[in-house]
Amino acid sequence: MAARALGWLAIVALVGGLGAALGYAPREAVQGNVQRIMYLHVPAVLTAYLAFGLVVVGSVGYLLTRRPGWDRMALAAAEPGVLFTGVTIVSGSIWGKPTWGTWWTWDARLTSTAVLFLVYVGYLLLRGMVEEPDRRARYAAVVGILGAANIPIVHFSVKWWRALHQPSSILGPEPSPVAAPIMVALLVNWVAFTLLFAYFFAKRIEIARLEEPHAG
Amino acid sequence: MSTYARRAWMILWKDVLTERRSKESLNALVFFSLLLLFIFQFALGPDRARVEAALPGLLWLGFILAGLLGLGRTFLIERENECWEGLVLTPGDKSAIYLGKLAGNVLVMAVVEAALLVLFAVFFGLDFTAALPQLAIVLTLGTLGLSALGTLFGAIAAQVRARELLFPVLLLPAVVPVLLGSVSATQTVLLGQPLGEAAPWLKLLAAADLIYLVVGILTFEFVLEG
Amino acid sequence: MIQAEHLRKTYGRTTILDDVSLELGAGEGLTLLGANGTGKTTLLRIVATLLRPTSGSLRVAGIDAAREPEAVRSTIGMVGHGSWVYEDLTALENLRFWAVMGGHDAPEARLRDALKEVELDGVAEQRARTFSSGMKRRLTLARVLLGRARVLLLDEPYTGLDRTGRKWLGEFLLGFKARGGALVMATHSFDAGVGIADRVAILSAGRVVLDRPAAELGREDLHRLYDDLAGAPGASS
Repeated sequence: MAARALGWLAIVALVGGLGAALGYAPREAVQGNVQRIMYLHVPAVLTAYLAFGLVVVGSVGYLLTRRPGWDRMALAAAEPGVLFTGVTIVSGSIWGKPTWGTWWTWDARLTSTAVLFLVYVGYLLLRGMVEEPDRRARYAAVVGILGAANIPIVHFSVKWWRALHQPSSILGPEPSPVAAPIMVALLVNWVAFTLLFAYFFAKRIEIARLEEPHAG
Repeated sequence: MSTYARRAWMILWKDVLTERRSKESLNALVFFSLLLLFIFQFALGPDRARVEAALPGLLWLGFILAGLLGLGRTFLIERENECWEGLVLTPGDKSAIYLGKLAGNVLVMAVVEAALLVLFAVFFGLDFTAALPQLAIVLTLGTLGLSALGTLFGAIAAQVRARELLFPVLLLPAVVPVLLGSVSATQTVLLGQPLGEAAPWLKLLAAADLIYLVVGILTFEFVLEG
Repeated sequence: MIQAEHLRKTYGRTTILDDVSLELGAGEGLTLLGANGTGKTTLLRIVATLLRPTSGSLRVAGIDAAREPEAVRSTIGMVGHGSWVYEDLTALENLRFWAVMGGHDAPEARLRDALKEVELDGVAEQRARTFSSGMKRRLTLARVLLGRARVLLLDEPYTGLDRTGRKWLGEFLLGFKARGGALVMATHSFDAGVGIADRVAILSAGRVVLDRPAAELGREDLHRLYDDLAGAPGASS
């Protein structure tokens, strides 16, 4: 029930967000309309980090308590998390295309996000390879925890690596004072994405509960 | 020696003895390094300058490829001899087993890396002697990180049927920072620059090593359970 | 020494053990009979704390296995399907390894004594690769001896042993019981198991369908009961 309500809320928010991104927010002077993809890109990456935060929480929770609910949480967060990370990467690539001329130039932030994507795809692949629920949950938890612990290290290493060759990300938004309509559009879309994630998350937990009847 | 240390030492002793007697892994890994050399050369073409320019990356590429083979086999001996249960039933802190295995892996990687350096020096007419002490430091930091990850993932992969596929899938994304840091620091050293130039990278590697070790020590018991 | 109550083990929708309760005192030997797949190995592994039961309680040597599995492990000796023998190490080295891993003192004299008890002292310095399966089994028992286990769990220990080996094992187990140890042996080999048993339990489809003192049952009774009850292997869906 809650999942369905979330779903409807998400749709409403997404429609609002779309309107805000395309209509309400101003056209950017230098990059033109393609910059509007930021309203997709930034909320997507924020939601992805929310997702992976939940994966860590679920992972630690399972290792400490061995209750399947925590593992379901980790799984239900990881799958949408990978999806939103993919959206982040693709949108970032599209955003950069006019500026860079190519689809990919190993921009620091996009590369870090891509590595994150690879880590969590690996996480899902691992889950697919282990049938027994307790073992699957334990191994996944360890990989999830390590993946999260690695995030800051990956971030810095990639950033410094790029700094050797070219200035950091061309992708905005830079921490300069941002106009109110831009903030509003970002906020609306961020809320919309979070609701959408919450919907996927809740739905996935439902499905997981049905798939494995546990004692606990 | 505390019981914990004795257990870690015992694991290392057992693996070293076994390797010395069976001579299974190390010979093949060193030979693999030789093969890699040829593969790199053939892939990059006869232009020596190109190889020299790519040297830090090639070195670490070689280390990681050898690591994929060698580290993936960390617990193979337990599987083949049906000793896995025995380790699971070991009383006390299981992370002693992790550290013992880690030590063994670091030793194996050290031998392979030394071999690869010698081979590169011989085949490409390179001279590493001036940079050797600094190079040793970079190699130690990088190898520690690589091995810490490899030992933990090796334990997981050993218990999964598709282990040859799973191990690289888990290791390679996780080892990205180690790779970036080690290659950059190696580059600095090979260019003859003082080690201080690479200080941020070395600090990053050290921090990464610490984090991987701590996670490995804390989570190993959950991986080792039956 | 062992008190298991209402043990249950499920994997998803498959139930391997369904409400198993057992009790065993010091110096007692319990033989678990049952066809393959009835859950004998699973039960043994739960008692060994290699597996956690889905529900139910287990106490070994007075220790709660759910709360302190580590403490339980130090009282248990396990002779499972795997031999725990590293083939490239000698008999002596194998013992030394497992003694230290088990946290026991391992001066060489003790190791050699253990080897002597299992009649492997002649091959102490030989690599285990050269051993027959019977010798490996004896090496495993030497390991158990060193561990000062009070509870012995054996899973099909007679497999691969010749007649001398079987006789030897039987004597060993009787000696173990005489010293106050408790043992649980799972086997589908009917004759071997019954000789040393004080009690016999038959497992069928994850449930204990018979649990009686061996003395009460005559040989023919047991054969008949076994054939009737020990039929279907485990998994109910």
